[in-house]
Amino acid sequence: MKNRRPLFAVPYVVWMALFVVAPIVMVVIYAFTTAAFDPTMNNFTGMGTYLSIFTRSFELALIATLVCLLIGYPISYMMAKEGPGFQRIATVLIMLPMWVNFLLRTYAWMSILENNGLLNQFFSAIGLFDLINGLFGTDIQYFRMIRTQGAVVLGMVYNYLPFMILPIYSVIVKLDHSLTEAAQDLGANSVTVFRKVILPLSLPGVLSGVTMVFVPAVSTFAISRLLGGGTHMMLGDLIEQQFLGGAYNPHLGSAIALVMMIIVVICMWVMNRFGEGEEQAVML
Amino acid sequence: MSKELIRLVNCSMAFDGELVLDNMNLYFNDSEFLTLLGPSGCGKTTTLRIIGGFITPTSGEVLFDGVRMNDIPPHLRQVNTVFQRYALFPHLNVFENVAFGLRIGRTEEKEVNGKKKKVKVRIPQEEIRQRVLEMLEVVSLKGFENRRINELSGGQQQRVAIARALVNRPKVLLLDEPLGALDLRLRKDMQSELKRIQQQMGITFIYVTHDQEEALAMSDTIVVMDQGRIQQIGTPEDIYNEPKNAFVADFIGESNILDGIMHEDYVVEFFNRKFKCLDKGFAPMEPVDVVIRPEDIDIVPKEQGQLRGTVTSVTFKGVHYDTIVDFKGFKWLIQTTDYHPVGETIGIILNPDDIHIMHKSQYSGMFGDYSSYSEEYEEMDDVTMLDEEEEGSSREDGHEE
Ligand SMILES: Nc1ncnc2c1ncn2[C@@H]1O[C@H](COP(=O)(O)OP(=O)(O)OP(=O)(O)O)[C@@H](O)[C@H]1O
Ligand SMILES: [Mg+2]
Repeated sequence: MKNRRPLFAVPYVVWMALFVVAPIVMVVIYAFTTAAFDPTMNNFTGMGTYLSIFTRSFELALIATLVCLLIGYPISYMMAKEGPGFQRIATVLIMLPMWVNFLLRTYAWMSILENNGLLNQFFSAIGLFDLINGLFGTDIQYFRMIRTQGAVVLGMVYNYLPFMILPIYSVIVKLDHSLTEAAQDLGANSVTVFRKVILPLSLPGVLSGVTMVFVPAVSTFAISRLLGGGTHMMLGDLIEQQFLGGAYNPHLGSAIALVMMIIVVICMWVMNRFGEGEEQAVML
Repeated sequence: MSKELIRLVNCSMAFDGELVLDNMNLYFNDSEFLTLLGPSGCGKTTTLRIIGGFITPTSGEVLFDGVRMNDIPPHLRQVNTVFQRYALFPHLNVFENVAFGLRIGRTEEKEVNGKKKKVKVRIPQEEIRQRVLEMLEVVSLKGFENRRINELSGGQQQRVAIARALVNRPKVLLLDEPLGALDLRLRKDMQSELKRIQQQMGITFIYVTHDQEEALAMSDTIVVMDQGRIQQIGTPEDIYNEPKNAFVADFIGESNILDGIMHEDYVVEFFNRKFKCLDKGFAPMEPVDVVIRPEDIDIVPKEQGQLRGTVTSVTFKGVHYDTIVDFKGFKWLIQTTDYHPVGETIGIILNPDDIHIMHKSQYSGMFGDYSSYSEEYEEMDDVTMLDEEEEGSSREDGHEE
């Protein structure tokens, strides 16, 4: 009786099996086999060669996540404090770029950050370069923005910021205003109210925001190729190469993907533990 | 003489143009237990929120010790609140909820080397622990320190809310129906406990309830409100014995309210009979509302009564019987410890101090008639009492003019 699943859960179970479990199983099978599907560990032995790509990916994803958090939290907080009309408009504005194709958005950034792109043209038009050259005796024609790690982080932040804002916003907007009043009543000024009530209560939103940004950011591809100029290859690009590129080797690609997945899961687990610890820490 | 702490001067509050508080004038004395009493939606919570600083009155002034406080935010006011819906912090356990205010500490003005300085006063950990545990014991929640809020019953949450406010030893404590979720027994216990704390700590309590019994039992002063207006302010005895209008008379306890005419000082007429009373100062032949409390009426054998009526329903209420008696179509509630069966004709005697006279008000004719008390007898009466009832109503109309 207890284990009987309601009938309406069946489609969900089928869906999960088909689109979540099956791909993971396939990745695992590929990762531990050769091209002839003989079992092997060889796909993992060479993993050390990609260490720099692994570290760079996690580093850049971490930076992008932190930047998203630093920008996203205040925006979410301010949005939640405004009236419902403002909130609707702001939500649409935040979602709007997501309706444009991901590649298109990134191409747009390319043409903005290019050495002779929009931004540099603008700087040149307002005479910024003349001013700097005049002051320091240099000969700068443009700022190098594209093909830097900064550009990659910018691209990721731009793409993933909505995934930080929306979960945090939806948690804060649901917070009971009477809790704020209760804290004020007990002598808390607005800083203390934020620190002792709003921040701890919005942590679940922060956690899911961080997850939703960090996970895709680690495995992001194309951004680093387009904005990083290929010199800052990331895991997503590496994996893509194994499946679509000249280095065709889906078994190695699966192995890399698997290692990345495991590291991400560990990261998430640690972070969730940390989140709980945080709540406890506030309590004590 | 007790000192005045808080005063509301001509305070009005409107939400979206709708007047919720209408020109309130009220003051609160030091160490006083004052109760705001009134039906749901009459503006009790709104009044508390104005004092607590969560809303600013649309017009009028809020004075603390004679200083205008309208624009002072809540965290700088020396009051604490027990909220109607508790508003406990879900991310903190019981202990930390209660300790919340103590951990923040207060900024106080202190003289340092002859100069006035704002100093943040922090309470030492050990003292916080002691005070919290002490307060939890007072509200009978010892041993619940580590519980999370969502692991508590409604009544327990309510007591945490009380402890959280009280532990700060505020000068003024605002309590918004703090015992609403408790069962009768616990409610009575907490009533006397709150009263004891209030007297012992000398805190001013501004207490909101719509339970008139609670108000009568606990208060030094009761403020009866309706529709955003103060109907009467007075001691519990005053309010009960000398209600100002039909609303107050009906809201505080049970009352029979009938139309009467004040012939001269100390003489009132109703049911075509003159009665002696203790009231004076009305205009000659002024139409008035007459209040007779159900427990003040003495039942006597019908020959000896000033008025004669028939019992139409009896309900056992524990200590007494609620007896509905029909006097010429007007039904009275009489509370008596003696049992009189339905159908018995009885007489009643009204002593001068049983009769209380009120000026006519907007509430006249709205309360104090127990005709709807028992529907089935009403129907039977319609046939036999028709003439008399018509006679009665025309006479009542006469009184209105
Ligand atoms: N923020 C608000 N916006 C609009 N109307 C409000 C607001 N707060 C209260 N009101 C209205 O003001 C009136 C008085 O409300 P209030 O909460 O003071 O009643 P109350 O006496 O505390 O009632 P109860 O006993 O049910 O708690 C109600 O009609 C309510 O609908
Ligand atoms: Mg209320």
